[in-house]
Amino acid sequence: MASPAIPQESSTERTHAHTLLREMLRIRRFEEKAAEVYQLGKIRGFLHLYIGEEAVAVGAIQALTPEDAIVATYREHGHALARGLPADSLMAEMYGKATGCSRGRGGSMHFFDASRRFYGGYAIVGGGLPIAVGLALADKLQGKARVSACFFGEGAAVEGEFHESLNLAALWKLPVLFCCENNLYAMGTAIERSHSTTDVAQRARSYGIVAEAVDGMDVVAVEAATRQAAEAVRRGEGPCLLEFRTYRFRAHSMADPQLYRSQEEVERWKERDPLTTFERRVRQDGMLSDQDLAEMEASIAAEVDAATIYAEASPWEPVEDLTKYVTRR
Amino acid sequence: MMRMTYREALRRALREILEREPRAFLMGEDIGRYGGSFAVTHGLLEEFGPERVRDTPLSESTFVGAGIGAALAGMRPIVEVMTINFSLLALDQVVNNAASIRYMSGGQFDIPLVVRMASGGGRQMAAQHAHSLEGWYAHIPGIRVLAPATVADARGMMLAAVREHDPVFIFEHALLYPLEEEIDEDGGPADIDHAAVRRAGEDVTLVTYGGSLGKVMNAADELAAMGYAAEVIDLRTLRPLDMSTILASVAKTHRAVIVDEGWRTGSLAAEISAQVMEQGFDTLDWPVERVCSAEVPMPYAKHLEDAALPQTATIVETVERIFASNG
Repeated sequence: MASPAIPQESSTERTHAHTLLREMLRIRRFEEKAAEVYQLGKIRGFLHLYIGEEAVAVGAIQALTPEDAIVATYREHGHALARGLPADSLMAEMYGKATGCSRGRGGSMHFFDASRRFYGGYAIVGGGLPIAVGLALADKLQGKARVSACFFGEGAAVEGEFHESLNLAALWKLPVLFCCENNLYAMGTAIERSHSTTDVAQRARSYGIVAEAVDGMDVVAVEAATRQAAEAVRRGEGPCLLEFRTYRFRAHSMADPQLYRSQEEVERWKERDPLTTFERRVRQDGMLSDQDLAEMEASIAAEVDAATIYAEASPWEPVEDLTKYVTRR
Repeated sequence: MMRMTYREALRRALREILEREPRAFLMGEDIGRYGGSFAVTHGLLEEFGPERVRDTPLSESTFVGAGIGAALAGMRPIVEVMTINFSLLALDQVVNNAASIRYMSGGQFDIPLVVRMASGGGRQMAAQHAHSLEGWYAHIPGIRVLAPATVADARGMMLAAVREHDPVFIFEHALLYPLEEEIDEDGGPADIDHAAVRRAGEDVTLVTYGGSLGKVMNAADELAAMGYAAEVIDLRTLRPLDMSTILASVAKTHRAVIVDEGWRTGSLAAEISAQVMEQGFDTLDWPVERVCSAEVPMPYAKHLEDAALPQTATIVETVERIFASNG
């Protein structure tokens, strides 16, 4: 789980480091705003924050190409932003507006964008894995060298669909990159209270899948591991699984009093905050100044504010269109 | 015209689709080497190869879900689930994904997926291989549900299903596979929007679908001998329901009996009955009657299974009772 060094003295590397930091910051600030407007009642339903886990979506999706497919979960704000879905359309979706990425029919848990091969947020734990297997099967049948990346939590690894999907993807050598975000809790149930063995990567290996545990708090490590795994998948070597060891800083959803874990534990993990640790590292490497960071924060604040204004101002889907999109005809 | 079985008609339709549509492929349990548990796909593996005729592990949820994923990516998967009872293992994928993705994405995705399976009782298969749960599927917005009851429909509905842009579920009553009829072997895709009047009559409307059609046609023959002209409607498409054909018939006959192999409570028969009441109340001379399966898990013993299922005699008795009561 050692993190590869960032090559220094290279403007490309500097730009890339800035991209990684900016993308993580975008997710953090976007979600802080979402939580804020949730308290105002602008967003309703479930809101599952990704704060603490940003390095996983950012590092992994940096290593994918626009032709690759992404399948995510109900905690998918980060993946959607990292994939390039406009913050406007995501905020509008959470407001339930017609300009939302799912026309107000999905909400926080169901972001979709066909044009970016973002195949959605799935809120049945494990339910996205078979979809990713099918996307990969289509690629294999059509001879397309693309990767279908499927994000899911460690909670999914005890669902039957996890085992069925790993087996089928391995059996048919399908180009699926299974990305397990192990944040140690399935809602409020700790991994050691629900898994007979807690090593998810080891479980994948028992299906003949190349699997690796990665420090999910280190964006550079996530990106490097994903790049390597995605290349193998793209070459047709069959599926890979990466177990990103990470931690959710916020509650499971806005309705969770967090009785199942101690504040000390949360604080301990916050010392490994993927944003502050990466920022420190980039500064130490001489690739980030105070001014760089201030500019980054300012442009992100402007983007998030604009998204909120856009969501506020957007129209509602007409009630007459309630049944639109149930079927095509 | 050509005489063939329901099974052969399905196989010919699948072959025609695989020949004509490069995006189509089949997957399911034992459809390849074994030849299909009902022999529908027999020979197709040899003809089209293992890439397009794919034997799957016993992972219903995942191979149905993989069908959804492949359809999202533009393929035309045709998935076989061995029996309707096994399909319950895939209901998460059916309800939460196949039926919902178009809607919850705001209309961004077509899901041209076809799922076929055997349903129904009458073969002493007991309580885990013989139920008739079509009504549950017909409850779900976002999918189309077909129940071909004739050899021509077995072929034509399959050809039509693969041209749809939304998931289509085809329920093949297991007793129908050996059924032999004359069909036009070059006939194109069937209409999958409308019910069919299989026999015209003025005295009573008998509404049914799938494996019960034969029993209802026999009942109509017996009723004719007694002097009652029954009109028989084969629903064919269970979702969306073609109520206009039913209502037009009831407006003429003023009496309706619905024959449905599903359990009575919350059944498709209950839905049709409610809609006839809502939309055709003034045309009725008698309350809508239902002949459904007994509310028991399907029993094994022949005499018990016969008693659990709708039978020709029960249908005839129901109609006789209506007329005996001056209905």
